[in-house]
Amino acid sequence: MPNAIPAIELKGISKSFGPVQANRDINISVPKGTIHGIIGENGAGKSTLMSILYGFYKADAGEILINGTLTAIPDSQSAIRAGIGMVFQHFKLVQNFTVLENVILGVEDGPLLKSSLSKARRVLADLSREYELDVNPDALIEDLSVGHQQRVEILKALYRQADILILDEPTGVLTPDEADHLFRILKGLKDQGKTIILITHKLREIMEATDNVSVMRRGTMVGNVKTAETSPEQLAELMVGRKVLLEVEKGTATPGEIVLKVENLRVRDEAGVERLKGISFELRKGEILGIAGVAGNGQSELLAALGGIHAASGRVTFKGGDLPLTGAGANGRARRDAGIGHIPEDRQSLGLIMDFTAWENMAFGYHTLPKYQKNLFEMDNNAIRQDTEAKMAMYDVRPPIPTLAAKNFSGGNQQKIVVAREIESDPEVLLVGQPTRGVDIGAIEFIHKEIIALRDAGKAILLVSVELDEILSLSDRIAVMFDGQIMGFKDPENTNERELGLLMAGVSGGAAK
Amino acid sequence: MDYATLLQILDSTIRLGIPLLLACLAGLYSERAGIFDIGLEGKMLMAAMSSATVAALTGSVWIGLAAGIAGSMLFALVHGLASITFRGNQLISGVALNFVASGITVLIAQSIFAQGGRTAPLEGGARFLPIDLPFAEALQGVPILGPLYYEVISGHSILVYVGLLLVPLTWFVLYRTRYGLRLRAVGENPASVDTAGVSVRNLRYSAVMITGVLCGLAGAYMACGLQAGFGREMTAGRGYIALAALIFAKWRPWQALGATMLFGFFQALALRPDVVEAVVRVKVPVPALDALPYILTVVVLAGLVGKAIPPRAGGEPYVKER
Repeated sequence: MPNAIPAIELKGISKSFGPVQANRDINISVPKGTIHGIIGENGAGKSTLMSILYGFYKADAGEILINGTLTAIPDSQSAIRAGIGMVFQHFKLVQNFTVLENVILGVEDGPLLKSSLSKARRVLADLSREYELDVNPDALIEDLSVGHQQRVEILKALYRQADILILDEPTGVLTPDEADHLFRILKGLKDQGKTIILITHKLREIMEATDNVSVMRRGTMVGNVKTAETSPEQLAELMVGRKVLLEVEKGTATPGEIVLKVENLRVRDEAGVERLKGISFELRKGEILGIAGVAGNGQSELLAALGGIHAASGRVTFKGGDLPLTGAGANGRARRDAGIGHIPEDRQSLGLIMDFTAWENMAFGYHTLPKYQKNLFEMDNNAIRQDTEAKMAMYDVRPPIPTLAAKNFSGGNQQKIVVAREIESDPEVLLVGQPTRGVDIGAIEFIHKEIIALRDAGKAILLVSVELDEILSLSDRIAVMFDGQIMGFKDPENTNERELGLLMAGVSGGAAK
Repeated sequence: MDYATLLQILDSTIRLGIPLLLACLAGLYSERAGIFDIGLEGKMLMAAMSSATVAALTGSVWIGLAAGIAGSMLFALVHGLASITFRGNQLISGVALNFVASGITVLIAQSIFAQGGRTAPLEGGARFLPIDLPFAEALQGVPILGPLYYEVISGHSILVYVGLLLVPLTWFVLYRTRYGLRLRAVGENPASVDTAGVSVRNLRYSAVMITGVLCGLAGAYMACGLQAGFGREMTAGRGYIALAALIFAKWRPWQALGATMLFGFFQALALRPDVVEAVVRVKVPVPALDALPYILTVVVLAGLVGKAIPPRAGGEPYVKER
């Protein structure tokens, strides 16, 4: 049973960065021995709040009570001393160190390493027995899978005798199986009396794993509820501040003729390693082909090769003609001219130029179109600006100011600019990478609707996403990628996360149905 | 080539290799901590000038050594300020310091000694004198090993032995101590050190200052040991050769010893064109021999000796992510 004194109590925490108020008068109380979820859209202030708790930032106002005692946490060392451990979204591990070396870094017992290393070896053996946290203590981090690297982060925190463990978006990089394993570990930790804070934007994980959940919206805490007494719909509404449709409304597809045919597509990276090992598929008009897979299994290379950004070998036929895969003919603009639009995975480096204005960004890739030229030498900037205004209105980009730099829009609105640009240019085939990464729920709903509308207009869409929910709800067919190959095609109506998860982990056949 | 000649060349190899070794180890500390230091050359030059100046004025090589180290550390501090505190470009800071050193050393030497940018020649107690190791005379009669010990190992100045001892010491510090673990970590992934509650800034400053001390030793050895005074540009690109050796050694201490001694060997060969001619039976022009270490540098930097992966966070100022 949870103790009466909460493990963590935050009172009136506020923090601003310049004019931006990231946290406003946050109150939260986390009982000992529970898993507490914190959910909220990107930029809602979750990470800032946790960074304050871990001593990365100093709050402008407010108090932190750990186990009932007022505690000042000016730096990470104090947080560690107060028994707080943090598993960051991006791991803080030294790649060419062993597991043991990473674990003792910063908490060595003396000036020489020998005794620390042997002590850590003993402690790690105990911990892994206790909590299903098996890792080889002598393995180099760079040789471990992402799931194992995450375990090292958890071991690091436990080795520092953390009683309170904060995990920031821990499942983003995991296969469903690995995520299940993680939740089993967290359960085990909870049963041993540890307190766990789980930061996530995935409603399903909150419902599955937590005892209580706090919802944040625009820097404030808008709800504290028991998980058992709430529903995903209610949480989504709290997060966004209005009713949200979680299920995508979508009619059945009416696939037409084949518009894009990919045969034996291969890509090598700069180091000469083969990243795509012979991919073949067909894409028909009026269908969405979803590519599922854990990040880094060749999806990015597939998009880059089809989008003309990266040289490839093999054969790609588009509307009956061969697409150049190398050389001068293979570039982003030639693809767009041919009718292949591309919403890149990383909008900040490939989709937009962050320092340029919205109207300039709205023209990129299409800036040579006749409608944007005033004469032989000058572009018609007014036409582009008017065009941008119209598109911003259609896609509800906020604020609707074409002269604002791309970096000054929120993630969701940046993505809407890219989506508007690509969809409104009316492509035959649209390549879509991670369309809703770092995008708030409200904008996700909107972007999903637009993608489906494009399909219903008879266009072909290749959707790459690491979010299985997104793949399952949008796709008409699903291909699962692992290690540069397609492991199999599935019908979203007749498959489930378990089966896809096995394929994503490289288990072919996907035995379980 | 007879045994005596070989011993002479090996003896020169050590004498000429030591400044490279000291500078190379200096660079190793800084670069392992993630601060690229192209300014080894400038720090050596600074140390050579200040040690020779102070030794000439005081007549004590020890006070000169202290001044050399201080001069080098001053430059190291500026590099630290530019690249750690102000998060500037480390290459530009290093290049700038090299230019400053090149000018200011001659300026100071000229204003003090008025000998065309040279310091007054050093003699007696103002120089590092050779040390005879125990039993060197007595063991000279032992075949093969005796002369090797007497000619090659014994009879160098103190800084040579300091340099050689720094190799195992650096290895021990790097791989067996807490400081070394943190140093290597901060050069690979400073965020891991930061989140472990250890100051990235202090670690990096400490490494940069160690670099200053070691460059100080290298410069003082050149001016007060290898030669008898400071002369314009007397380091002659050794700071860059040491950098090449550091890459060749893939930022590891024992390999640094091997790499710098190889460069030292080429420099020693250049001093003995007669021996080279006797061995290859072709007359090799002296300038071609002089160029050998530099040619090897180019070969190393062109990556012809295998892939060298520098510390991953090298050259990047650390900024806490939001």
